[in-house]
Order: sequence, then structure tokens, then C-alpha cells
Amino acid sequence: MFTILGFPAPLLFGQLLLGVINGAFYALLSLGLAVIFGMLNIVNFAHGALFMLGAFVAWGLLEYLGIGYWWALVLAPLVVGAFGIVLEKLLISRLYKLDHLYGLLLTFGLALIIEGLARNNFGSSGMPYPIPASLQGAMNLGFMFLPVYRGWVVVAALVMCLATWVVIEKTPLGATLRAATENAKLVQAFGVNVPLMITLTYAGGVALAAFAGVLAAPIYSVNPNMGANFIIVVFAVVVIGGMGSILGSVVTGFGLGVIEGLTKVFYPQASATVIFLVMIIVLLARPAGLFGRAA
Amino acid sequence: MKLSRRTVLGAAAASALPLVPARAQKPTLKFGVLTDLSGPYQDLAGPVAVAAAQQAVEDYGVAGKGFAVEIISADHQNKPDVGAGIARQWADRDGVDVILEVANSAVGLAVAGVAKDKNKVYVNSGAATSDLTGSACNANTIHWVYDTYMLSRSTATSVVKTGGTSWFMLVADYAFGQALQRDASSFVEAAGGKVVGSVKTPFPGTTDFSSFLLQAQSSGAKVLGLCNAGADTINSIKQAKEFGITSSMQLAGLLVFLTDVHSLGLEVAQGLAITESFYWDLNDRTRAFSERFKPKAPTRRPTMVQAGVYASALHYLKTAEAMGIAEAKKDGAATVAKMKSLPTDDDCFGKGSIRADGRCIHPAYLFQVKSPKESKGPWDYYKLLATTPADEAFRPLNAGGCPLVKA
Amino acid sequence: MLGFSRAQSAAFLVMLALIVAAPFTLYPVFLMKLLCFALFACAFNLLIGYVGLLSFGHAAYFGMGSYIAAWTAKTWHLTPELAIIAGGLTGAALGTVFGWLAIRRQGIYFAMITLALAQMNYFFCLQAPFTGGEDGIQQVPRGALFGILPLDNDMTMYAVVAVIFLAGFLLIHRVVHSPFGQVLKAIRENEPRAISLGYRTDNYKLLAFILSAGLAGIAGGAKALVFGIATLTDVHFAMSGEVVLMTLVGGMGTVFGPVVGALITNSMEYYLAQFGSWVTITQGAIFVACVLLFRRGVIGEIAAKLRISL
Repeated sequence: MFTILGFPAPLLFGQLLLGVINGAFYALLSLGLAVIFGMLNIVNFAHGALFMLGAFVAWGLLEYLGIGYWWALVLAPLVVGAFGIVLEKLLISRLYKLDHLYGLLLTFGLALIIEGLARNNFGSSGMPYPIPASLQGAMNLGFMFLPVYRGWVVVAALVMCLATWVVIEKTPLGATLRAATENAKLVQAFGVNVPLMITLTYAGGVALAAFAGVLAAPIYSVNPNMGANFIIVVFAVVVIGGMGSILGSVVTGFGLGVIEGLTKVFYPQASATVIFLVMIIVLLARPAGLFGRAA
Repeated sequence: MKLSRRTVLGAAAASALPLVPARAQKPTLKFGVLTDLSGPYQDLAGPVAVAAAQQAVEDYGVAGKGFAVEIISADHQNKPDVGAGIARQWADRDGVDVILEVANSAVGLAVAGVAKDKNKVYVNSGAATSDLTGSACNANTIHWVYDTYMLSRSTATSVVKTGGTSWFMLVADYAFGQALQRDASSFVEAAGGKVVGSVKTPFPGTTDFSSFLLQAQSSGAKVLGLCNAGADTINSIKQAKEFGITSSMQLAGLLVFLTDVHSLGLEVAQGLAITESFYWDLNDRTRAFSERFKPKAPTRRPTMVQAGVYASALHYLKTAEAMGIAEAKKDGAATVAKMKSLPTDDDCFGKGSIRADGRCIHPAYLFQVKSPKESKGPWDYYKLLATTPADEAFRPLNAGGCPLVKA
Repeated sequence: MLGFSRAQSAAFLVMLALIVAAPFTLYPVFLMKLLCFALFACAFNLLIGYVGLLSFGHAAYFGMGSYIAAWTAKTWHLTPELAIIAGGLTGAALGTVFGWLAIRRQGIYFAMITLALAQMNYFFCLQAPFTGGEDGIQQVPRGALFGILPLDNDMTMYAVVAVIFLAGFLLIHRVVHSPFGQVLKAIRENEPRAISLGYRTDNYKLLAFILSAGLAGIAGGAKALVFGIATLTDVHFAMSGEVVLMTLVGGMGTVFGPVVGALITNSMEYYLAQFGSWVTITQGAIFVACVLLFRRGVIGEIAAKLRISL
């Protein structure tokens, strides 16, 4: 067994790979946040709660209707997206003329309600969600034992990030969307239904969160706190990357996952704080974030 | 979950009663069940623990006696400050005579201090720390169900004996995890095994244990000791299975509850060695209790913590009636002293006793989780591997450093 | 009187009378908790209400104040007033560092950065040996004020906490109505204009941040001594959310709003404590209701109805 810097190579490569997997979740969540922020100018504090909701929907589909993982991967984002439409239409749309801080406070309140209700109804020790039969087992990569499902998470997250990028950067719809982000009034004058677009953007953003939630369900127990654990870290990721670009969110998400993974090898005690430390360094060096445009 | 809401609301209604001036003819004993109603321990304790106290009142036949019992409950939210605040208020304002349950070691220790200051009776059944009957023991506190010492002794010793000689510890990085690691490591070594390494996982908030598990795997140890609880244990077991660690290492969950196994599912949890002091399907008496209790929690079986609330409430009632209700209400320390002098006997833990340091003594059972094939129905999860007799199961009286124990 | 308007003076006298009368009918420990949170919320309001900065990590300063006060009182046997001052200084010191970092960004970024920094502080407290991790620092003695007056009696302790609260409350009021406070309000209304008028707004923002963090530390220190315990609850981000809620409910940018907000949320928790997660759900619902229906908060709405400033 050869070693790198005194650490066994399998351990190091293993942790790197795991970092990429964690990074996949950071990327998906911060991507959704960035899409929503770009269009609505709202930091969606409820993002973690909706991530959790996605996992619960997948669990509920299996438990009550017998609908399995693959359908859940499609249905849960649709259900949560529809819920997002209701939230946007009923509540969030009333805040667009106000200070952005109110959006943060409103969505924080929504997060508390959703998580509280989940805790009330399902307890908080978590419910198991099985790995789909076709993705069970593990591959021996020589340097580590990679569960097939984890590999699938990385692939699925990458594909989803790429698809989002294509939709926003390469399609006419995306072009309109970007234009509306720059100047909503002008785009509306061209006959585009901007309020509908905003609603659908929110739905799309939270659907991404729900998609991540379904991906996460077999790895972590489906429990009401799973979103709250992620959201603050994702905020730090967003501050580091800046919410300006889609590519930025994805790269930062994966990158920080890797850094976190490496910290777990070299100094595990700091693995919970390392992302925040990176955030401080970035704030000192590039206050607008790595990919952000100066305000 | 209709049950939990009804129980909670009922308890809340009961707690609203003292606002109306009491005109009761009978003297009334007041129970306060301080538990986790919203957090990671609400399944293993929670509303069902409140119902267990109610069951004790019914089984004791309080209705036909010359006194009444009122039960109130509150959520400590796993925060020591909240728990201590509620206990203080119960003592100052609400006239609570005995505080029951209190899962979570940190809250359990904080409440012990309050019980002593206010001279109340405090019987803990949910907390793990052996300090409750060691350095932090006091004349008002009894620790009923289990502690870190008992868990480690039973699980660690037996696993080493069956060939699991080298261990790697996965430790939740807080007081409880560290206590468990300390106790378990000493038993592994005492039994001739060796602890080759350990890793501390940040607590709370670690949901992905895979990287820590990789370290465990690369250590080459035969046994992975899980010094954690609740959601941490569930996640680490699931992920150990996912990474194929279960094929090269044996898992030893040092604190796993029946509800954790339920949550994991037998497919994942099978084969795990677990120590508990109560299992609903252990013998005729425990089965009888579980059947009586069933209407209060139709969809689940009681855990050892919930059984502990039942048993300790029953023993308190016995003691209070023996010494007189007025006497029992007056002096918590005197009541605890009397509880220690009377032998305990109930359907859940059988015959036992309470030591001078407040430790309740009964046998510890080592179970193995059944495979899905072996399980005959819902909640049929354990088979008995070994029994540690009551007098050996717990830390020797003079080894805990409890000031109440005179050398 | 003290720069109060007539309506404010009247309200202040009512508050004073209530503070004096309350412990004879209500549970003093609950009231002390209330006063500590009211001071915490007033300190937070100094930032959100008068500078327009939403700090989503104020639990860091409150909680560190609480830890340091508890630790110095228990380990060094400092007298309570010194322990609380130590808590306040710690809050201010931490506020200096975090504030200096956070004011580099505005608006929601500021909120997210303060939140992330507070979370980092939370993990630090979780692992640092002196905090006792999950157990917290327990059995903290209340000690004797100036080494003379024992505080074990709840009524005596209440008097001390009431004096601390009133001192903090008046200090904030004085600051807000000073020339310094006028500049803060100018920054809130239009920062670029304040800059073009020649004010180094960053310095003003940082000073306000430090003051706010210091007072939060004092509030935390007082709470630790009242309950004899300092725990992770005080540094957790739920606490940061709670103080935002108090201020929002009572009325951001009003003098009495945070106090009323603390009263409302604490009473609600007190009565909902038995209902498990309903506390969280209710808190969330209040957030939503406040943001959508009455953004000025209870006091703000009353003041607007009566056309006075409170």
C-alpha cells in the first residue's frame, strides 16, 4: 500500500471521491438557489426544507402508493415544484416590491413551518428509504469500494446541472429568462408573461432541490432535519461562489465538497468548519465571490 | 401518530388544570414527565413515555386508593437549559413531586442539580451517562434503566469473547460519545482485545459518515464500535452496509434502541449485537405488560426507556403509599432513601433493588437482531444471546466516585 | 425626558411600573429570562432598525457572552457583575472580528455571511473543551453582587437583571438619538448618499455592530447567571432566528418594539412548550404573518394608528 503525505492512498482517493459526491449535493442546491435568486431576487431560505420535502415525497410515494425510486425521481420534483407554485403565487409574489430581506424572513418562516410539520407527523429519528435494486452493490475500483448508488448520484447531479445550464444558456426560453433577469419591464413590454415566468422559475428552482432530496433519500435517512443541516453550508457555498453564474455555483459546489473531503483526511475536527474558513478567505480576497460580479 | 397528539394534548390539558384552584378532597401526587417530544429521542421516549407513566397509575389501582395522581409533561427539546428551567418551574410553581424520564445525558445531569436544590424526587430512565450515579450523584436522584458502563461492559466484553479482538471506534464528538468510548475501550482491553484507532465525528449535524467509515476500513480492525446514538447510529450503520464494510468488519452498536432497529429495518440491522435491559418479548411478564400497554400505543412496542418510566412510576407509588402521601410530598431526599430501602418488582425489569448511589440494579441482556427470515411479525426483532446477572451488570458501587457511598 | 417624546415617556413609565410590579404576581425566573431576551432584542434592533443591517447570526455574541460569563463565574469565581462585563466584552470582541468581515457585503449577503460565521462559532463552541460541549457549563453559581450581596434569592437577582436591562435600554436609546445615531439612520436610508456626504460609513456600521454584539453578550451573560447554565442553545442558529422574530413581531426600528416582541414570543413558547413542534410551527407562521400582514410589528402598527412614535 503506497502512501501520499503519510496517508494511505486508498484513504486519500476515497475521501476525494466522497468529497465529489457531497459536492454534487452542494452544487444542486446552490444551483437552485442561484436560479431563484437571479430571477426573483430572493434568497430562498426554505430551500433546505423543500430538499427535505422532496425526500419525504419519495418516501411517501413508496410507503403509501408503492411507487418506486425511478418514478419518485420524476414525480417528487413535480409535486414539490407544484407546491412551489402555490407558495410563490400566494405568498412570495407579494414581496417583490419590498426590501429583499423580507423575502429571506418569509422563506425562513416557511422553512420553520415545513420542518415543524414534518417533525410533528413523522418524528425526527428518520425513516429508511431503500436503494433501488438496480443500483445496489458496489464496485471495487482498486483503490476503494465505491457503492454504485453513490456513483449514480454524481452522474445524475452532473447531468442535471448540465441540463439546467443548457436550458438557461442555450435555449430561447433561457434567453428570455436571462433578459427578464436583466430588465423585467422591457421583456414584459415585448409581450412575455413575466409573472408566469417568475413563478415557473421558482418552481424549477425548488424542483431541483426536491430532485436532490430524492437522490439523498437512500443515503441519509429521510428525516425532518436533513435540509436544515445542509442549508447553512450551502449559503456559505453561495457566498463563496457568488450567485452570478450557473457555472460558478456548480464549480464551487463540487470544489468545496472536495476540500471538505480532504479536510476529513488531514484534520477531521475542522471538517465542519472548513467551508466557513474558505468563505472568510474569499471575503478578504474577493468580497464579491469567486464568480460574482461586484455589486 | 394520532396517539401522540392525543397524549400530548391530554397532558397539556392536565397541565392547564392547576390554574383553577384545586378543590380536590384527596391528597394528590404530581408526576412531571420531562422528555423529548419533538427531537431525535421522541420515538424511544416521548409521548409513549408519558403514556407509560399513565399505565403505572392505572396498574397500581390509584383510582381505588385514598390519593390521586396527576401527570404533566413537557418537552425539554434536548437543551439542558430548557430542561433545567422546566424542572425549576415545576418545583417552584406547579408543585411537582417527582420528575421522570429525561432522555439525553446533558439534560439529565442538569435536572439532577435542580432536583437536589429543590429537594424533589428524580428518577431518570432515558439518559445514558454513568455520571448520574458517579461523580454527579446526589440524594434525590435515581437512575433506572441503563448507563454507558453497563452497555459497554455487556456489548464490548461479549464481542471480544466471540473473536472480535481488534476495534475501531466511531465516536460522536460530545460528552456522551466520549464517555461511551472511554468505557467501551476499557472493557475491550480488559477482555484481551485491542483498540487500534478511533475517529471523532462532529455532532450534531453529521449525516454522511462515509469518509469516517473509510478510515475505519483502512485501519484493518475486526470490529467497528459505534459510540453514538439515535440518528447518528442509524446513518452510520446504513452507510457501513453500503460501503461493504459489514463484509469485512463486525458492527457493534453500543447504544441502539428498539425504535432504531425499527427505523433501520431488519435487512440493514440484522446481526447487530445490542444490549438492553428490557425487551417486550423477553418473558411472560414483559409480554403481559406489553399487551396491557398496547391500547396506549397500538402501532409500536415499548422501548426500555418507556418501560423504565412505567417501572419507576410504579415503585414511586409503592413507596409513597408506604410512607404516607404527606410525608412523600414533603421531602424528596427522604422519599428517595425509602425507595432505595424497598426492593423493586415490576413486569418490565423483574425483581431488583436500588443502590446507595441511586443505581437501579437489574440484569442486562445481550440481543442479536434477527434476520428478516427469522422475524415472525412486526416488532419481532431480537433474539437473546446472553444475560449478565444484576449484580455484575453495573459498575461496582465503590468505583463510581459517588460521594454518597461511604468507603 | 432623556430624549423621549411625550408618548415615549408615558410608555417608558408604564414599562417601568410593570417591571417593578410584575415579580409580585408572575414567576420571577420567567421574567428574568424575558428581560434578558428583551435586552438581546433591543441590541439586535440597533442594527436592523437603525442601520438596516440584518444580522442572522446574533446568537454568536449572545452565546459567547453567556459562555464566558458562566465560565469566569464558575472557574475564576468572578463576582456576577464582573462575569457579566466579561461576557459583554467577549461579545464585543467577537463582534469586532465578525462585523469587520461581514460589512464587506450588503443586504442578503450580509445576512448569509453573519449566519455562516455564527455557524462556525457554533461548531467551535461544540468542540472547544471549555464549553463542556453538549452538556454546557452547568451549576454556575450566581455569586454575590460586588462580593457583598448574595443573589441566590430570585427577587434579588431579578432586581439586578432589571437594572441591567434598563441601563442597556437607555444606552441604546441615547445612542440612537445622538449625532452618531443620526448618521446610522442616514446609512439605513441611503448609504451612497451618506458616503458622498463624507461619512466613512463602514466605520459607523462596524461601531454599531460592535455595540450591538457587546450588549448581546451582556444579555447572554445575565441569562447564564440567572439559570446557572450556559449551553449550545445560546449559540445555535435557532437563537439567531428567535431574536429576529422578536424584533420583527414587536416592530423593527421602534424603541419599545423589541421588548414587546420578546414578551410575545417568550410567552408563546412558555404556553406552547408542551406541544412539541408546535412552537417551531407557530414561530414560522408568525414570521410569515408578520412579513405579509404587519411589517411594522405590533408596536409599529399601534404607533402608526395613533400617529405617534414609540
